[in-house]
Amino acid sequence: MSPQPAVIADGLVKHYKTVKAIDGVSLEVPEGTVLGVLGPNGAGKTTTVRVLTTLIRPDAGHAFVAGADVIKQPQEVRRRIGVSGQYAAVDEYLTGYENLEMVGRLYHLPRREAKARARELLRQFRLEDAADRPAKGYSGGMRRRLDLAGALVARPPVIFLDEPTTGLDPRSRGDMWEVIADLVSGGTSVLLTTQYLEEADRLADDIVVVDHGTVIAHGTADQLKDEVGGERLEVTVADGARLDDARRLLERVGHGDADITEHTRRVSVAVRAGTRSLIEGVRLLDEAGVEVKDIGIRRPTLDDAFLALTGHRAEDDEQEAAS
Amino acid sequence: MSTFFADGMTIARRNLIKIKRVPDLLIFATLQPIMFVLLFGFVFGSLAGDGDAAGYREFMMAGIFAQTIIFGATITGAGMAEDMQKGVIDRFRTLPMHPGAVLFGRTLADVANNLLVLVVMSLTGLAVGWRLRDGAVNALIAYGLMLLFAYAFSWVMAFIGLKVRAPEIVNNAAFMVIFPATFIADTFVPGRSLPGVLKTISGWNPVSSITLVAREHFGNLFALQPPGTSRGQLEAATKYTWALQHAELYTLIWIVVMLAVFVPLSIRAYSRAVGK
Ligand SMILES: Nc1ncnc2c1ncn2[C@@H]1O[C@H](COP(=O)(O)OP(=O)(O)O)[C@@H](O)[C@H]1O
Ligand SMILES: [Mg+2]
Repeated sequence: MSPQPAVIADGLVKHYKTVKAIDGVSLEVPEGTVLGVLGPNGAGKTTTVRVLTTLIRPDAGHAFVAGADVIKQPQEVRRRIGVSGQYAAVDEYLTGYENLEMVGRLYHLPRREAKARARELLRQFRLEDAADRPAKGYSGGMRRRLDLAGALVARPPVIFLDEPTTGLDPRSRGDMWEVIADLVSGGTSVLLTTQYLEEADRLADDIVVVDHGTVIAHGTADQLKDEVGGERLEVTVADGARLDDARRLLERVGHGDADITEHTRRVSVAVRAGTRSLIEGVRLLDEAGVEVKDIGIRRPTLDDAFLALTGHRAEDDEQEAAS
Repeated sequence: MSTFFADGMTIARRNLIKIKRVPDLLIFATLQPIMFVLLFGFVFGSLAGDGDAAGYREFMMAGIFAQTIIFGATITGAGMAEDMQKGVIDRFRTLPMHPGAVLFGRTLADVANNLLVLVVMSLTGLAVGWRLRDGAVNALIAYGLMLLFAYAFSWVMAFIGLKVRAPEIVNNAAFMVIFPATFIADTFVPGRSLPGVLKTISGWNPVSSITLVAREHFGNLFALQPPGTSRGQLEAATKYTWALQHAELYTLIWIVVMLAVFVPLSIRAYSRAVGK
């Protein structure tokens, strides 16, 4: 018998007056894995998380988290989950330490354990120096880290992270990724929502793509990438006469045929090794004396994924939805 | 049920920390009654004529006490509204805590607030000549009943805060309602001397009954005795409705009703509310 999934959602529906926030979302998070829920703004990610974390009741559908029924046993679910929402849920007037200690007490940890756990998490999340300052003065990245720490206080078996890096600068985002990757290696089951393909790629075992409140694709990062087309190495050469040489060299670095766009003097090829492919490409071109005006790795964006999966761009949808 | 109290205490501690970090609220809450005691005591007191200014100050103290603790409940409402606006409520609602604990903790912290305000006001009152003339036990009954009334009323304000979700609106709305409610009462002007319909309103206004309970138990009922009236006549004229004749009972009924209605209503509103 295979172990029960950490999260099961089956046909979740939540409508607000005229808006179908989610319209039949089904997904599963197998125990000990990370599910990335990928979708543009307004797709229904937060609503899904809110239903699964007992914040709102769905209009239809069922959901089980760590074996407990989200609708019938919300209190059981709450004992077994940690949540870090899209908007950092920290108390501004309390210090970082006081925030975590309070959360520990509300999970009904004994006082001493709550205190020790708070200190431990502050250390782990590199908030030690700010531990005794009110959270009001924290930067956005620090708040998100404190919020995430709050989700981990009781070492829950299932964790929900709603857009944990949206709005963060690249450095804080990198920090956050490290933290989440650590968490995952500890065997916790995680449901993570994101607007960034790159983020889902880095952190998730499985990905579901949502749009307009429904799941439109499901697979591993590699499967989706194959559909989308994966990373490409793109080169613009200075001299149009060398385009063919460039193509020959790039095909040695990448997979399959390279594409040429004559009028922009650009060559591109699918690659799998990211920066290493880039270095290799630069080296080969340099050795052959091909002068390069521009070179870089182009990663598939969420737009590319949408284009590939739905045949339309995510932005058009938003404009549609807004009008 | 045990988590209700334990979680409530955790939340109360959190709210007290906030009062410590943002002391403006507390400073304002204590300065305002001092100002009222001095302002009303000496401005309105001058109306009572030379001989009776001191008597008036003694008379109105119970009224200011009542008004102040009622206004104190708006802190509960505004605090609840602020919590709803900020994300922290979403954290609470995903924790395995009792659904009433956030409200219980908040109302509890505000009792501590009210206690402090009562002490400051009493000291100010004593400084301008107010005296407790009916013994310590009766004084404690008066303080106790006022705190209970304030506590029950803070659940009403908590409900409003949950529904309105904007601290400024709670404050403004409260001002629009509480100000008249505490003036059309036996607080600053004896209710018996109000005209027509205002006199009827005052006669049934729970602010009048809680004020009267305090005034009697402080032994201040005859502080403002018009010349030529006996104590018996004054008492009869003061207690011109059933509510005022049974002021303790009437006040207790209000306390019980406010709690019975607004504790479950507020908890339900809290459980259903969604943060931003
Ligand atoms: N409380 C609400 N009332 C009305 N509409 C809502 C509410 N919450 C979400 N929506 C709408 O539902 C849709 C999905 O929202 P959301 O789940 O927040 O998407 P995401 O998190 O993917 O950006 C959006 O169109 C949003 O405007
Ligand atoms: Mg969202």
